[in-house]
Amino acid sequence: MQPFIRLDAKVAPLPLANIDTDQIIPKQFLKTVEREGLAKGLFYDLRFDAEGREKPDFVLNRPEYKGAGVLVTGDNFGCGSSREHAPWALMDFGVRCVVSTSFAEIFYSNCFQNGLLPVVLEADEVQQLMDEAKGGNHVVTVDLEAQTVVSPSGRTFRFEIDPQRKQKMLNGLDPIGETLQAAGAIDLYEMKRALTQPWLEDA
Amino acid sequence: MRPMAGKTLYDKIWDAHVVAQESPDGQDGEAILYIDLHLIHEVTSPQAFAGLRAHRRPVRRPDRTLAVADHNIPTVGQGLGVAAVADEEARLQLQMLEKNVAENGIEFFPMGDVRNGIVHVVGPEQGRTQPGMTIVCGDSHTSTHGAFGALAHGIGTSEVEHVLATQTLRQRKSKNMRVVIDGTPAPGVGAKDFALAMIGEIGTNGGAGYVIEYAGEAIRALSMEGRMTLCNLTIEGGARAGLVAPDETTFDYLRGRPAAPKGGAWEMALGYWKSFFSDPDAQFDREIRLDAATIAPLVTWGTSPEDVVAVTGAVPAPDSFAHPDKRASAERALDYMGLAGGQPIADARIDVVFIGSCTNSRIEDLRAAAAIVEGRQVAAGVRAMVVPGSGLVREQAESEGLDEIFTAAGFEWREPGCSMCLAMNPDKLMPGQRCASTSNRNFEGRQGRGGRTHLMSPAMAAAAAIAGHIADVRDFLR
Repeated sequence: MQPFIRLDAKVAPLPLANIDTDQIIPKQFLKTVEREGLAKGLFYDLRFDAEGREKPDFVLNRPEYKGAGVLVTGDNFGCGSSREHAPWALMDFGVRCVVSTSFAEIFYSNCFQNGLLPVVLEADEVQQLMDEAKGGNHVVTVDLEAQTVVSPSGRTFRFEIDPQRKQKMLNGLDPIGETLQAAGAIDLYEMKRALTQPWLEDA
Repeated sequence: MRPMAGKTLYDKIWDAHVVAQESPDGQDGEAILYIDLHLIHEVTSPQAFAGLRAHRRPVRRPDRTLAVADHNIPTVGQGLGVAAVADEEARLQLQMLEKNVAENGIEFFPMGDVRNGIVHVVGPEQGRTQPGMTIVCGDSHTSTHGAFGALAHGIGTSEVEHVLATQTLRQRKSKNMRVVIDGTPAPGVGAKDFALAMIGEIGTNGGAGYVIEYAGEAIRALSMEGRMTLCNLTIEGGARAGLVAPDETTFDYLRGRPAAPKGGAWEMALGYWKSFFSDPDAQFDREIRLDAATIAPLVTWGTSPEDVVAVTGAVPAPDSFAHPDKRASAERALDYMGLAGGQPIADARIDVVFIGSCTNSRIEDLRAAAAIVEGRQVAAGVRAMVVPGSGLVREQAESEGLDEIFTAAGFEWREPGCSMCLAMNPDKLMPGQRCASTSNRNFEGRQGRGGRTHLMSPAMAAAAAIAGHIADVRDFLR
């Protein structure tokens, strides 16, 4: 996993509630067996028309938002399907941080597997950031260590994050390697389970 | 902390599966939770197996893993085999799954095998899904299995890899919510309507941070298949998982299934399963109460599952939403759906009817739809299709003659799979087509770019097929 420490990047506003993972990355891009190369499908139906031409008024197609590294969005971002292709596509496109009032749970935990930082702020703070982002070419600073987002006008918003998740994100740890250090405890659990629930063991 | 209060069903399943609890700074952090059953499919597993290979990590418990091919398979010509799948990328994914399960000794029901079908239909049907278990799958509708009193939820592909490698998952405990549904529903109203009513009440992220336990006399009266429909849709309310405590209905369903314990092991398992219920003095962090008697047949009007309206009602006007984001979303949804605020929802003419998906493709769903369809004809210009949830559901329906009822009425009778629920295979809506669908998501583009989805029960979808527009199933009951 890529570590996330601090980011200075352009911020793009996407003022819609309930942006689901089908919108983030439509189904036709899920037939890949790779994690890479999904940027082409990000927000596909919002970015491109039926003939595959860029829609010039969609925020990420506008020149002033090219290269945006932070998205500010409405409530419940990432709801729906569990597809991890959603954070993969955002990362592949260059987005490293999404700010919202709330995230759907599976998407939220998928972000932490990939170094994509989901930031939850209060509704008025998200609105403030959204308003400031509307001018384009505006840079925000996201600092995970300090747990702050500094808006283009210099307002500082503090966010909460689980301390364990924060550490893993800062260090880019491999959760499987970490869990395998508890292999002894897993062995013990399985031995006990084999005695109490023998019907779950293969004969 | 609640020092002496009783435990909820969720608390009990959680406690029984904690392998290790991390407590940084004395606070409860992540737990390593043991996983009893891991279901996998072709779309969200290839990158997980690639990760295992890259780190030379084996699959820890292939015997606690089951694979199916469901998301991208065609629903005709499955007997021709994977080599005949026309879509090259889909074929590659299916072949990759075959290779991965063979290399790792994982049980697999390939496309065309009568036991294959939608993963959330197959697990229960085979008796793999059992009370008190932890069950995960790289698919959000894994919540379906909660109907058995199992803690079941969707995970991402990195977590699929984690479970394959360790048979555990790192998790934080959710809060407890109870949804109590008492009363007796009117004829034509069932589990799908209960679920849509609940999502309409709490919103699509109203369940965020919670595991929901369903209780009350209307839940006790539901069949296992109804409970699966309800738990399946729990994720559309944003909750991590849905649960129904196991009872005689659960045990009767499980008895004799291929993977259910037999003989003395059955008695032992039964004793264990019966320990999974919420104590009478258990505390819930939130409680919602609904009266089944007041729930009408529901349909969705917009592009979020919370956009529900009674079939007798009207599409809401965007100004009726206070929050500006919600108003903007409603305007956008109405524009996308080609509907106007204030219009009766039953005016909406439909082009396609889809009866299928992990929400509503089981035998009782097909019986309910067939009961409406029998002796009637699909309206002119409507394409109607039935996609059974598994090969075994299809066989059962055929043995009851349901296929003949459907085909005589003008329905297509197809082979099992996820099909038009997510339109990864050739079954998809054309831009602008309006669909009465028994599936679970009405998102923009979900059933095909530009497609317009109205979610409803199988009986309601059948009524829409006959009427040619959204229709009240109660006018079709006999």
